[in-house]
Amino acid sequence: MNEARSQILNGIRRSLQRGELSGDARAAVEARLARPPRGPAVARAALAQPEKVGLFCQWAEANNATVARVAPAEVAAEVSAYLARNNLPAEAVIAPSPQLAGYDWASQKMLSLRQGRAEGSDHVSITGAFAAIAETGTVVMASGPEHPVTLNLLPDTHIVVLRESDIVGGYEEVWERLRARYGKDRMPRTVNTITGPSRTGDIEQAMELGAHGPRRMHVLVVRE
Amino acid sequence: MESTAHDFKENVDTALADPNLQDSLAKLKVGFSERRRQAAERLPEFEALRDCARDIKNHALANLDFYLEEFERKVTALGGHVHWAPTAEDARRIIGELCQSMGARTVAKSKSMVAEEIALNEHLEALGIAPIETDLGEYIIQLRHEPPSHIIAPAVHLTKDQVADTFLEHHRKLGFTKRLTERNDLVAEARYVLRQKFLDADVGLTGANFLVAETGSSLLVTNEGNADLSNTLPRMHIVLASVEKVIPTLEDAAVLLRVLARSATGQESSAYTTLNTGPKRAGDLDGPEHYHVVILDNGRSAVLGTEMQDMLRCIRCGACMNHCPVYGAIGGHAYGWVYPGPIGAVLTPQLIGVEEAGNLPNASTFCGRCESVCPVRIPLPSLMRHWREREFERHLTPRAVRQGLALWSFMARRPRLYRRLTTLANRVLALFGRAQGRYQTLPLAGGWTRFRDFPAPPPGGTFHAQWRGRRS
Repeated sequence: MNEARSQILNGIRRSLQRGELSGDARAAVEARLARPPRGPAVARAALAQPEKVGLFCQWAEANNATVARVAPAEVAAEVSAYLARNNLPAEAVIAPSPQLAGYDWASQKMLSLRQGRAEGSDHVSITGAFAAIAETGTVVMASGPEHPVTLNLLPDTHIVVLRESDIVGGYEEVWERLRARYGKDRMPRTVNTITGPSRTGDIEQAMELGAHGPRRMHVLVVRE
Repeated sequence: MESTAHDFKENVDTALADPNLQDSLAKLKVGFSERRRQAAERLPEFEALRDCARDIKNHALANLDFYLEEFERKVTALGGHVHWAPTAEDARRIIGELCQSMGARTVAKSKSMVAEEIALNEHLEALGIAPIETDLGEYIIQLRHEPPSHIIAPAVHLTKDQVADTFLEHHRKLGFTKRLTERNDLVAEARYVLRQKFLDADVGLTGANFLVAETGSSLLVTNEGNADLSNTLPRMHIVLASVEKVIPTLEDAAVLLRVLARSATGQESSAYTTLNTGPKRAGDLDGPEHYHVVILDNGRSAVLGTEMQDMLRCIRCGACMNHCPVYGAIGGHAYGWVYPGPIGAVLTPQLIGVEEAGNLPNASTFCGRCESVCPVRIPLPSLMRHWREREFERHLTPRAVRQGLALWSFMARRPRLYRRLTTLANRVLALFGRAQGRYQTLPLAGGWTRFRDFPAPPPGGTFHAQWRGRRS
């Protein structure tokens, strides 16, 4: 294996007509890695927080998600109402996170919840979100014991509970939050950034929803 | 995959005579390109982002060894493994052994052009392991035993009716006996059939749009979510990526993602953009126990530092083929190997040799639409011209072309003779009938006039004559 490794790396160096990076050249690349420069700023999302929330909702809906803006006390009731509106069973698998546990689920007597990862037989999942991107209406999920990845993918319906303060402008602010939370060198195993339900354009380039992931995504944007 | 690039001309004849293909291509010409134009217009920073994307890829290529080592260091630190594959055969062997180490019977595969390049499916089948393509387009063509015809829309050459026939034929044994007519029903049936295969797969194999050196993450973009199921459900996740996929940081990824989806399908963002870093962590309820990245060279490192290096900037969006009049007329299969369209005309001679693929860079009018839409500004026409020069130097150009070029070059070096002969030719052509403005037949030009009219020279004499006239 080491032979193959040096074959490739030495081949690259031979083509670039230099040896292993050293001195100033190496220091410059290391500095770029330590303090990553940002690309051109996207003006669309350079807004005050309330307008950012509005922009997120607008783009999420443009990408076929549905959005409900609610107070914390209304979260559980909105989940029940959404399931009823869409003729879905009043049962869901919910991410085992303290944030979600804080909502008033006990008020929904008909709603049956199970904590854990999703299985192939689950129809509805409820998760939080690590952050969301206003620029494109994208929710960001960081995996961990409190947020199994299967919840984002297997059920037909994915309900996301998103706090207004977790909505940021663009990807760059998500990266900053990830570094602050997990450390610069330690990403969570999986970061899913998800823009609307699963879709495919593979038959005659016409977009159809519900290819392999959820067919429906409902985002509860929670006021604070 | 066995190349038929050598038979390009015969492939083209077949493609032009295929009514289903021509129907599908007619949709392509108005679909992706119009959506890309609208997406670019919605984002005022789009052109600045393209410049930045080009610079990022150039920087990564100039320091490729450094970033690959950095990537490896980060992957290893989090419990993953990096394997180095100088050749396609090395990559096939490594992946085969990894699958065997899991006792794998099936592999859930998410669309990967690099996997096509190394003919991975054939290798796995020979080992008794069933590769299951999970991208809808890739699944359809796997059932039909066809290669992809487009790098992001592998079944773009097929009509809905052809898909319906294919599903009826192959899903009948699973109990689906009704021929479907609606697209959403076809999608739903494939979803149902593939879901069980995801749950049963022992290994998930994906490509990568980018490898992020800063974090040791593989980054994948899909609309269906198939890559995410492939890298979450099975016990082992294998990433297959070529050396030039590595980029420095997450900030760089943000720039490239902004131009990728818009250039490819005209979407603001693909539905799923996923970063995977190492295997599942302590306390995780799901995710793979094993994470392996196979880094393939297959001749790419030799392109660095040459005048062809720009081709390694490619982020595989497909915009060049969506906008190419040649691709739009003949589709992807005619190119005869894995990568079609303008980028294929540049990559294929590099990867399998100009002797085999010399026809491809010649199939261009150099109209320049590909370069004008490329998100990383690859000068595709210049690179195709380069291959034509290499072909000429190596005496691979057909004799008639060489003789024609020799004659033209003889005349071009004798301006007086050139002017006299072109003036004469202009007059003779005028005699044949300038009135109609075109010729339906013309001596010595049967190859052209058999399919289309030849334009008559406009009045006013040769270009030289008109130039002199206007300047005086």
